[in-house]
Amino acid sequence: MCLGIPGEIVEIFRGDDPISSYAKVDFGGVVRDVSLAAVPDAEVGEYVVVHAGFALSRLNIEEATRVFSYLDEMQS
Amino acid sequence: MDLKYIDEYRNRELAVRYSEMIAAEVSKPWKIMEVCGGQTNCIVRYGLDRMLPSDITLIHGPGCPVCVTSVALIDRALAVAALPGVIFCSFGDMLRVPGSSSDLLSVKARGADVRMVYSPLDAVSLAAANPHRQIVFFAVGFETTAPVTAMAVRRAEAGGLSNFSMIVAHVRVPPVMKVILSSPNTRIDGFLAAGHVCAVTGFREYESFSGEYGVPVVVTGFEPLDILQGVLMTVRQLETGVSRVQNQYSRVVNRDSGAAWELLDSVYEIVDRNWRGLGVISGGGFDLRSRYRRFDASDRFQVPSVEVEENTGCRSGDVLKGIITPVECCKFSAVCTPENPLGAPMVSSEGACAAYYRYRRQ
Repeated sequence: MCLGIPGEIVEIFRGDDPISSYAKVDFGGVVRDVSLAAVPDAEVGEYVVVHAGFALSRLNIEEATRVFSYLDEMQS
Repeated sequence: MDLKYIDEYRNRELAVRYSEMIAAEVSKPWKIMEVCGGQTNCIVRYGLDRMLPSDITLIHGPGCPVCVTSVALIDRALAVAALPGVIFCSFGDMLRVPGSSSDLLSVKARGADVRMVYSPLDAVSLAAANPHRQIVFFAVGFETTAPVTAMAVRRAEAGGLSNFSMIVAHVRVPPVMKVILSSPNTRIDGFLAAGHVCAVTGFREYESFSGEYGVPVVVTGFEPLDILQGVLMTVRQLETGVSRVQNQYSRVVNRDSGAAWELLDSVYEIVDRNWRGLGVISGGGFDLRSRYRRFDASDRFQVPSVEVEENTGCRSGDVLKGIITPVECCKFSAVCTPENPLGAPMVSSEGACAAYYRYRRQ
């Protein structure tokens, strides 16, 4: 139930207020409408983590590679 | 289909390196609970527990909202779903979960209009398109899901939709972690906290928790490398006698909560909640604030509340508290299967019993 899938914002539709803003988000070729209520500053090209049609948070691309370098950092 | 930010976290070679590093760090037995059912599913599916040294035991936590929704609430949902004029909307996971004598799919088979939706926002759209029907959404889920159901309420309010309401069954994670730590039957040395819950709440609340109970808490993601890194970070703390909060899932989670929490908090307040298999947990849930009470289906539809009896053969409470693994239950796969479940953990994709049935059945 707590599934959150990262997808790329391809188009944004800003509403009059944050709760009506949404985006087209691409999940590996499948595009769905996603609410941007919780990430009002997100921009096209950014990745967001989506749960039940709702973007929970933006994906931080600098932090995203830490899991790959952690072991090397530990050993150095 | 390639999925960026998913596929690379399933790299087998790096997973092996992580498991070797964990083995090199461990000097004595540790029990680590992964809180979220999504993490349990990943662990069992990829056999991560079998990649770990025998001194590390992963205990499956109660993080399956469908599993802990009380029989009384499910029975109420079934009664509301059966009312004429109602379109009852639910996440798919909930459809087969047994109440005291039936489930949503059976009610549907008897003629009720029960529909599976991907998002509660779909239910709001349904309400706008069907002004002469009553649309009821079964709001089940942890802190991860509560913001989007809160937004459904806010959208229904903004759209003047008087035919939308919800049965609210939301649950909160931190109180149940305290209940588990206080249980005399369970020893937990460290927690992998649920990453997507923390994406909404941040992790400040866990800092006092970690200090108070002297237990490491590592906020952890849901892919194999996330979980192995989370285990390694937990083990390093345990082996060096440290207990603090660390954030493995920093690509998604920040220390502070953000707009998702504000949305949740604008609609819901913290309440005591009865968890199936665990009992009433103080502060263990969310319910609508008084200004949104008119969206409460329990108030709108007066259905008789019935005395409910839990199925006594099901040990889901012991599974949810990490006292037994699913295969230690004598009913597992013998009489309890996903087709004929005795308890909710055999139904939900996040339930430990369903994961063992799917990936570990002998």
